[in-house]
Amino acid sequence: MKKEIGIVFIGLAFISLLGGLFFGSLSSFQFVIPGFLDSFPFVKSRPLHVSLVVAWIFLSAIGGIYYFLPKHVKLELYSDKLARIHFWIFLITGVLILTCYFIGKFGGREYWEFPPILSIPIFISWILFGINYFKTIVGKIYHWPIYLWMWATGIFFFFFTFTEAYLWVFPFFRDHIVRDITTQWKAYGALVGSWNMLVYGTAFFIMERISGDKTVAKSKLSFAMYFLGLTNLLFGWAHHIYIVPSAAWIRNVAYLVSMTELIILSKIIWNWRKSLTESVKKFHILPFRFLVASDIWIFINLVLALAISIPAVNIFTHGTHITVAHAMGSTIGINTMVLLASCFYIVQDITKTQFNSLQQKIVKAGFWITNVSLLTFFISLIFAGAEKGQMVIEDKLTFQEIMQHISPYLTVFAFAGIGIFIGLLMVIFPALRAIFRYLRGNA
Amino acid sequence: MSLKTKRLIFGILFSFFFLYTIAVDTIGTSKDDGERWLTEKAKKGKLVFQEYNCTACHQIYGLGGYMGPDLTNVISTPGKGPIYAKAFLQAGSQRMPNFQLSEEKMEELIEFLTYIDKTGISPVKKFKTNFDGTISEATK
Repeated sequence: MKKEIGIVFIGLAFISLLGGLFFGSLSSFQFVIPGFLDSFPFVKSRPLHVSLVVAWIFLSAIGGIYYFLPKHVKLELYSDKLARIHFWIFLITGVLILTCYFIGKFGGREYWEFPPILSIPIFISWILFGINYFKTIVGKIYHWPIYLWMWATGIFFFFFTFTEAYLWVFPFFRDHIVRDITTQWKAYGALVGSWNMLVYGTAFFIMERISGDKTVAKSKLSFAMYFLGLTNLLFGWAHHIYIVPSAAWIRNVAYLVSMTELIILSKIIWNWRKSLTESVKKFHILPFRFLVASDIWIFINLVLALAISIPAVNIFTHGTHITVAHAMGSTIGINTMVLLASCFYIVQDITKTQFNSLQQKIVKAGFWITNVSLLTFFISLIFAGAEKGQMVIEDKLTFQEIMQHISPYLTVFAFAGIGIFIGLLMVIFPALRAIFRYLRGNA
Repeated sequence: MSLKTKRLIFGILFSFFFLYTIAVDTIGTSKDDGERWLTEKAKKGKLVFQEYNCTACHQIYGLGGYMGPDLTNVISTPGKGPIYAKAFLQAGSQRMPNFQLSEEKMEELIEFLTYIDKTGISPVKKFKTNFDGTISEATK
């Protein structure tokens, strides 16, 4: 029997997450203790952390799509072979990227810190994924439920934003710092938006499967929210460039569009009033538990995102640890929680059994350790960022003095990071074990 | 919501985004107060900045890592400047490795930092807050 490609993606996603957590913990201690493990400096450990975590998000989201389409949406993949080629390109490129970081060969761009030549196989692998996805669904279902729209949007905009992230290879962009920084933030903002589409699409799908209610994924309100989210993906990124001397209209458009997220915030609060009882009732279901956590983190991160989108607030927070809190809160609290829900749903689906009681206890303890640690991590970054922002504006202390001043918060942040690592290890381990058993059984 | 409506909204949003992208990449970012300082050496300096992954620790206009300071105005900040920057490049620090850069690469990097310095201000330290939450009169 052939190994299901979705499961193979998810197995690799878990391994990437473990690697990302390891290098994240290492780099956080290098941040707090200058000179810590200087034979393997921060310039290497940070990109390893970032790339492995980004790989976790993409691999688990893609794995879920490859699994759900044939198994649950009942659409046979256009080409299983294409999906396997996609996997191998991803794996080989990933190994090459990690090797480049270890030997200190960099492209030196934020997020994509590997040599630019390696972006070509990544781009090709996405073309294969795009062909496979669209050939699988186009013409097969007339009224796509919202998750099919979201996955399609995520794939489509990945091409656009990934291409944009590499415009710097042309002197027109590279040799003009304002244009280069603006285009970079634009590409990254929309890139995060595109992976959010993959992740939120997955959340909608899992929610539909758990609740059995198929109307939500086709409702007018869901689509209204989807288009609002899409508008923010396209035009809301520029709150990152308020201080860049680009044209004022770029900033004003972003400010205006970002504020429309207040509507999304109101909807979340309204939904909570209605869904609290159901949440309590279904909290014992593992995937549902992760979705509830992601809901709370969406609320927290949206409040923060709205606050830092106001220019008068952004001037204090930009370039401080508050931006890190925003990024980490979203990638761990929202994306990782949704993707864990998806992975656990799939693991339970393939094993056809629930985890035994000891495994369940371990996963549940891991869930709480992760979330409590993440909250501590998040709060310590907010405090560190707020103090740094205030001190930078006051302009009385040097950078070193500011770093010394905020070091207690950063120490708490580093230890909370270890807590997240331990918590997620407890969550992942039983699932990874089940996946390996399944793959061995199907080898 | 009918399929036609969904496609129409998506098409309109994407068309606007496409035009907006062209506008951002051209007229939206045409101003460059540092153009005079954009020498061949400065252009090479940018590639040195990327080759050594300086962005892992340093920011330019707030984009980059947090281990070291924002370098946008390191050249014009009182008490800092090209000699100060070069000293760090030559010897490193407790937080920054000594990358053993050649004299040529150090000069290129400093020219790059000089160019950036002329393009604007980061972080902004003095500003006026307007009633709508925007800011104006931003200075160092």
